[in-house]
Amino acid sequence: MAAVQWHSRGRRYEAELQRCRLEATPVDFGDYHPLKPITVTDTKSRRGARKGSTSSSSSSSSSAAPDPLSSMLDGTDPLSMFAAASAGETPGLPHSASAGDLGRKRREREEEAVGSDFEPWSAKRGEILARFTTTEKLSINLFMGSDKGKAPSPGSSAVSEKVRTRLEELDDLEEGSQRELLNLSQQDYANRIEELNQSLKEAWASDQKVKALKIVIQCSKLLSDTSVIQFYPSKFVLITDILDTFGRLVYERIWTMCSDPRPLPESFSADDVNDTAKETCLNWFFKIASIRELIPRLYVEAAILKCNRFLNKSGIQETLPRLTAMIRGIGDPLVAAYARAYLCRVGMEVAPHLKDSLNRNFFDLLGTFRQIQGDSVQNQLVLQRVEIPEYLTLYSPAINWILQCIAYRAPEPLLTEMMERCKKLGNNALLLNSVMWAFRAEFVAARATDFITMIKDCDEAGFPKHLLFGSLGRSLACADPPEAERLPILNEAWKVITKVRSPQDYINCAEIWVEFTCRHFTKREVNTVLADIIKHMTPDRAFEDAYPQLQSVIRKILTYFHDFSVLFSMERFLPFLDMFQKDSVRVEVCRSIMEVFIKHQLEPTRDPVILNAMLHICKTMHDSVNALTLEDEKRSLALLINGFIRMVSFGRDFEQQLSFCVEARATFCNLEPVLVQLIHTVNQLAMETRRVMRGSHSRKTAAFVRACAAYSFITIPSLSSIFCRLSLYLLSGQVALANQCLSQADAFLKAAVSLLPEVPRSISVEGKLRPSEGFLLDFISNFLSTLLVVPDHPEHGVLYLVRGLLNMVQDYTWEDNGDAKLRVYINALPLLAAMSQEAYLYCIPRVDSNETLYGGDPKFLSEINKLCETLIGQVLDHLKALGRDESVRRQAALAFSLFGCLLAHGDLRNNKLNQLAVNLWNLSHKHGHCDTRASVRTLEFMKHQAQQPDMAHLSDTVQRLALQSRT
Amino acid sequence: MNKALESKIPIQLISSNIEVAKAGKIPGGKTEIPFEFPLQTKGNKVLYETYHGVFVNIQYTLRCDVKRSLLAKDLSRTCEFMVHSQPQKAKVLPTPVDFSITPDTLQNIRERNLLPKFLIRGHLDATNCVISQPLTGEVVVENSQVPIKSIELQLVRVETCGCAEGYARDATEIQNIQIAEGDVCHSLSIPIYMVFPRLFTCPTLETTNFKVEFEVNIVIVLHDDHLITENFPLKLCRI
Repeated sequence: MAAVQWHSRGRRYEAELQRCRLEATPVDFGDYHPLKPITVTDTKSRRGARKGSTSSSSSSSSSAAPDPLSSMLDGTDPLSMFAAASAGETPGLPHSASAGDLGRKRREREEEAVGSDFEPWSAKRGEILARFTTTEKLSINLFMGSDKGKAPSPGSSAVSEKVRTRLEELDDLEEGSQRELLNLSQQDYANRIEELNQSLKEAWASDQKVKALKIVIQCSKLLSDTSVIQFYPSKFVLITDILDTFGRLVYERIWTMCSDPRPLPESFSADDVNDTAKETCLNWFFKIASIRELIPRLYVEAAILKCNRFLNKSGIQETLPRLTAMIRGIGDPLVAAYARAYLCRVGMEVAPHLKDSLNRNFFDLLGTFRQIQGDSVQNQLVLQRVEIPEYLTLYSPAINWILQCIAYRAPEPLLTEMMERCKKLGNNALLLNSVMWAFRAEFVAARATDFITMIKDCDEAGFPKHLLFGSLGRSLACADPPEAERLPILNEAWKVITKVRSPQDYINCAEIWVEFTCRHFTKREVNTVLADIIKHMTPDRAFEDAYPQLQSVIRKILTYFHDFSVLFSMERFLPFLDMFQKDSVRVEVCRSIMEVFIKHQLEPTRDPVILNAMLHICKTMHDSVNALTLEDEKRSLALLINGFIRMVSFGRDFEQQLSFCVEARATFCNLEPVLVQLIHTVNQLAMETRRVMRGSHSRKTAAFVRACAAYSFITIPSLSSIFCRLSLYLLSGQVALANQCLSQADAFLKAAVSLLPEVPRSISVEGKLRPSEGFLLDFISNFLSTLLVVPDHPEHGVLYLVRGLLNMVQDYTWEDNGDAKLRVYINALPLLAAMSQEAYLYCIPRVDSNETLYGGDPKFLSEINKLCETLIGQVLDHLKALGRDESVRRQAALAFSLFGCLLAHGDLRNNKLNQLAVNLWNLSHKHGHCDTRASVRTLEFMKHQAQQPDMAHLSDTVQRLALQSRT
Repeated sequence: MNKALESKIPIQLISSNIEVAKAGKIPGGKTEIPFEFPLQTKGNKVLYETYHGVFVNIQYTLRCDVKRSLLAKDLSRTCEFMVHSQPQKAKVLPTPVDFSITPDTLQNIRERNLLPKFLIRGHLDATNCVISQPLTGEVVVENSQVPIKSIELQLVRVETCGCAEGYARDATEIQNIQIAEGDVCHSLSIPIYMVFPRLFTCPTLETTNFKVEFEVNIVIVLHDDHLITENFPLKLCRI
């Protein structure tokens, strides 16, 4: 096809815009408008009244044509409905949920069950296992079945006692009978116990009830062994797990015996239980009653306490006091204390309303307290080389638990009575500690001063005082002591804490008291506390073993201090941070500080204290990034640092802001998202300057915005993502242009153009390789529209940038089977057409675009036309090539889009152009691959256009465009 | 049907024969023949509760014979049935007993001056016990020079029977239960509580030919393995 001559259609944008606008008719107040009622109701009705139709408040509206939006909603706006719901039900929702929970629980455990405010045993379990450990070797001694006093097997009545014993021994041998496992490490021990737990379940499942009972008896026998006493609390935890399993198995078994024909109701009584089940249950109790040794008999009976429900109503009520009294027979006070704890635990679970035996247990415990000073205990401690303070702490879990059960929903006078009793016992520190642990925090807080006096009166040699203060601190962290006592309390407590020698003990206690300090005092006191901690933890690098506690100190401070100028003005805060010398911990701490900063720093700041400290913190985070850092990690760090950068504002002092950005760039050079943020910040700064100067820069501000541009120009190349660079070049170019920095803008755009050949054919998006073509097309279109207002460089030729871009497009290696290049060409045509107008569609204030520079010079226009002709030529050649390749579908689409372009931007009065358009139309319809609806709409548009003045020629053209009927 | 002495011929207490089905043919399949008969003693003898001991066995058996025609063998099957005596109408007086054990109260020791000092007091709530209810009481270690290792309750059954050679007496431990372990707290009462085992106890029996009696021993083991035992005869009955 011979070269076409291009003639751009002349445009009068203003007039076109006016034509496109709907006729504006002012709406009087009373008139109906579909959007109006909503705004009216919104302002008039305050809250909650939004439901109901919108019509009520605007009197004259609506009846004729209801608002489609509001009528769809059936009167209630779903958003306001949500709002109302969340406002009204926030307190209500958890309430109803908890009521449901309670109901369910009540059904589960017939009588007033323990509420969720009771900390369950399962919560204590892990803590005890972690706390009471040993490196000494343990042993398990199991005499499987060789306990001669156990229930004599029924049915062997004919044989004499001796023969029976012999037979039993034979049985035992078969079972592997006595097994003594020596030299077990703590982990081995736990594993063995777990194995026993498993074999209990297996024995039960395979109907070997006697074997199951034997296992349980042997396990509970282990609880009478106090060798390696440091491990005893953990042993208790492990073994009572087995007992719990056993108790559950027996209960469930008897339960299922009663479930024929239908399951028992949850709140069954003994009358609902059939005789077989009762007999089985009774049999269990008889068997257990004949266990020879005291401790297994006690534990196993306690384990199946719940089964008393099958026998009679008062069973549990009678058994609990009996078992409580039975514990008196246990000579070792530690073993007895834990037996009591187990009984309380079972009692709390099965019959929480029976408070009396709980109290009984506690009083018995107090009664036997003098045993600790007795010879038996003392000799044992000497033998095992355990110090008294350590020995006393072994009691804590048991006593804490007993007291917690007692204190649960207990009336105030009872607690007071308990406390008095403890006091009478010569201020026993161990009890005092448990009282503070277990009683309500409010109760303890109200008497904090009393407690301090009591703690001070305690014997130095006994229970460690720092633990006492730790427990007190824990209570005070949850409840507030009287206002006037707070400072004396802190002073008294800290006086003792600061004297604690061992750094580990010190920090454990100090960490707890930080919360109290932060809660009630100002930065001055907190600063003093921090200084004290630093003083204690620095020698011998003691902080290395205390990172969790130190981190918790920071967390607590951050919970109470949200004002960062106050926080950083604490002299010891940053030195405190310096104690985190292990990289991972350090970064974690910085992270937590940043998170709080981003959440609570709402106003931009220029406070040098905050900036310095935050820069320091952010730098720490940034410096932790290395080649091994995960992408996610980098991203989240960058997000935090960006949050900080966004919060920095020096107000009108733009220069300082820029120099901050320079510093930040140097500091955070390894995190690209931060660099991107910095570029955006600087661009924003330039625009802000422009706004302040109302568009006309002084010499000084002009220099400043050029500096900003320079900043971006230098920074962008260091980014690795190519599209990021491209879009930032474009954006910065636009900003430079807006600030009348023409040569800078030129440089940005040139840089973008010269970057284009480097764009890879595919890029990775969220870890997957995707073709980059779509992104590239988008970018080029965006770029083209900017080029309209970029004035030509006086030293380069006409349309220097446009040509440069098109050359790059031509040389770029596009996808083999794509029309992307041609699409760019077609997209360039509207730009060229727009450039040939007398007045451009848009312009930048105080920047002379080509329209003014060339003033419609014919030479300029002919340059444009030549360029258009070349482009159209290229497209036509390509269309031909497509025809040869039988890619008719692509041909049709491309032809149609070129047709559209000609229609919109070409002057179709020119015959050749007109002919070309008709040919393109025909080409696109030739093989029936066109979108008929689009064609029909196009024709309608043309008919509509033809009614405009100067466009009458279109009606002729329409006549020549045949619409292909659908085949 | 009979009571067997170990060495001697069993004494028959009861014997009765009834015909449950007349001679005839039993049809094929399962045939159930109901029967009942009163337990009537022979002469002036008394029916005792079923009991299995070492010397004394009181056992009741039921034998069913099927007589068949000349050519086929007769069939026979025996099975035991239990007899529980009627609860006694009379009210049981609990007769509690207090005790106090010191080195001086002990008998049967070789060197009294080697004994450590101790004082152990206590009481049993009843020595006339109801067999279905536990034995209860309290024991208090007031003081003890040597730590205590264990306190146990030992239930002993004593069978006595008269025979040609005179009396045969045999004591058997039927249950041993620990009620205290280790050096218990002094002057704190420790409960005594023992459930009578179901198969090895019966109401105390006293007849002209034999006796079945029960005793409980409170056994205190000291750390130097001294064994202190206090014996209490019990009378068990069924209500």
